Amino acid sequence: MPIVEKSKKQTRQILYNFAFLDDVAKREIRRKILKAVAVPGYQVPFGSREMPIARGWGTGGLQITLSLIEPSDTLKVIDQGCDYSVNAVNIKKFVQAVTGVRITTDTTEATLIQTRHRIPEEPMTEDQILVLQVPYPEALREVEPSEQKTRAMHAEGDYGRMWLFLYEDIIHYGEVRLSYRYPVLVNNKYIMDPSPIPRWDVPKLNMARTLFLFGAGREKRIYAVPPYTSVEPLQFEDHPFRVESFAGKRCERCGAEDTYLDEIIAEDGVTRHYYCSDTSFCDKRRRT
Amino acid sequence: MKPLLKVSRLSKRYGNGCLFCANENGAGLVGNQCPHCKSVFACRDVSFDLFPDEVLGIVGESGSGKSTLVRLLHFEEEATGGEVFLNASTGEEKSQNVLALGPFAKRQLRNRKFGIVYQNPQMGLRMDVSAGGNVAEKLLAAGWRNVGLIRERAGELLKKTEIPLSRMDEAPRNFSGGMQQRVQIAKALSNKPRILLLDEVTTGLDLSVQARVLDLIKNLQRELKLSALVVSHDLGVIRLLCHRTIVMRYGRVVESGLTDQILEDPQHPYTQLLVSSRL
Ligand SMILES: Nc1ncnc2c1ncn2[C@@H]1O[C@H](COP(=O)(O)OP(=O)(O)OP(=O)(O)O)[C@@H](O)[C@H]1O
Ligand SMILES: [Mg+2]
Ligand SMILES: [Zn+2]
Repeated sequence: MPIVEKSKKQTRQILYNFAFLDDVAKREIRRKILKAVAVPGYQVPFGSREMPIARGWGTGGLQITLSLIEPSDTLKVIDQGCDYSVNAVNIKKFVQAVTGVRITTDTTEATLIQTRHRIPEEPMTEDQILVLQVPYPEALREVEPSEQKTRAMHAEGDYGRMWLFLYEDIIHYGEVRLSYRYPVLVNNKYIMDPSPIPRWDVPKLNMARTLFLFGAGREKRIYAVPPYTSVEPLQFEDHPFRVESFAGKRCERCGAEDTYLDEIIAEDGVTRHYYCSDTSFCDKRRRT
Repeated sequence: MKPLLKVSRLSKRYGNGCLFCANENGAGLVGNQCPHCKSVFACRDVSFDLFPDEVLGIVGESGSGKSTLVRLLHFEEEATGGEVFLNASTGEEKSQNVLALGPFAKRQLRNRKFGIVYQNPQMGLRMDVSAGGNVAEKLLAAGWRNVGLIRERAGELLKKTEIPLSRMDEAPRNFSGGMQQRVQIAKALSNKPRILLLDEVTTGLDLSVQARVLDLIKNLQRELKLSALVVSHDLGVIRLLCHRTIVMRYGRVVESGLTDQILEDPQHPYTQLLVSSRL
């Protein structure tokens, strides 16, 4: 469905498809998404297109969003939990310009949410899809630089070295030091990079009601966690996975004690302030 | 008695081969190489049995195919011919040629049944991972998920191989050559293997250090009732460790028998040369 948009000065017409991508591209990406859903946690290569934003700024997530979005959708875009950061706003503006869909900041209202670095605090449902932007899709890259070898490791479930990496952290530092991109085992089969979400969000992936889609534009990979799929952080019996602790702290705006908090150091360099990272949820709480 | 490992006509050719070397059955090769296509026949129709608790020596000059043989048995390279049976049954029921297994099954077998120690510790160890971590890797791969238990087992093995526990969390990069070899041995034993593959493990060590490592291997082999393949061009090592010995030249087995017989009364002219040149 081509859209004709007259620019303000009426000097030229821009012709493009609904949601920018051409139908061939959309079909390819949808097929790859189907494959990713069929094999949870498996990285499916796809023909990442050039987008009008720079690679590394969410082009993988954006292509997933554009190939799924329909005129009836309501879109929310967040970056580090915030609806109003430059990156989120740019993506939102772009998608709206090429689709005309409704935009929201309310997690519960959105049908499609694109995100970088966070999963919203409010539980999502079967009717929603969360699209995560992924800079580095390969969870094993830390222990194996070769793509060919990591593929073989996934194919054979050859994960001893990943566990060794965690073991070494524990014996040297008393804990696994990863605060973002904490590796998870999906559906008891593939080790997966959950994208740079904090540990706080990792448990939200497990047996969730929502479909999670992960897109890496630069690395040309799509992967998925379908609803009701087990997602377990890699952990040892005697060193269980733990999320960040905000014990004794609360959001200074909405008073929440059960959300992921951003720590802001005041200008004096000493005082620390804490605010919900999920800003729209914070706003909602303040209103009620 | 049933052999633990049965190797039958195992072959490895590097290069594509050509009509000349395919038909001549090796007769036209210069050494182990085809003069026409330059393919190297690193192992040619190597057959032997390895029995439970047995230590089998493999001797031969440099380039005779000893390390290639070890790599084939450890599934590090694809054989170009031949078969290998584990726990080969002598009766009717045919056991499976493990070389025909898929990569996943091969890795499982390797992780469960084999331990390997290389001449060069760089090949067998991760130099920037702690000694304990090196030993732990196979346990982790086998599904151990309790750091305490893993450390207990790694500690036991390092103690057995005479590495002070105080150095368990240190990377072997800074260890002496002898210590690195002993960490390799601990690592090789971590999965309670049935078969140890030892490729020139004392070459490059000082004589006094060599003796200590050899004693260690001998004691461990007895204590743990391991079968082992010991590759060495040092006949002293072979005499000390091996019950039986096979002699390789240009990729072929030219003689095999009890170690004493081979060393005292070699039959093949090449073995005679090998033995006499040592004296
Ligand atoms: N990757 C390879 N490509 C080509 N030729 C190879 C390769 N690896 C080994 N060879 C050749 O195969 C033959 C056997 O080599 P191998 O390393 O098995 O000998 P070796 O008996 O272990 O010798 P050494 O006592 O020196 O360790 C040699 O001629 C060697 O050059
Ligand atoms: Mg060798
Ligand atoms: Zn040839």
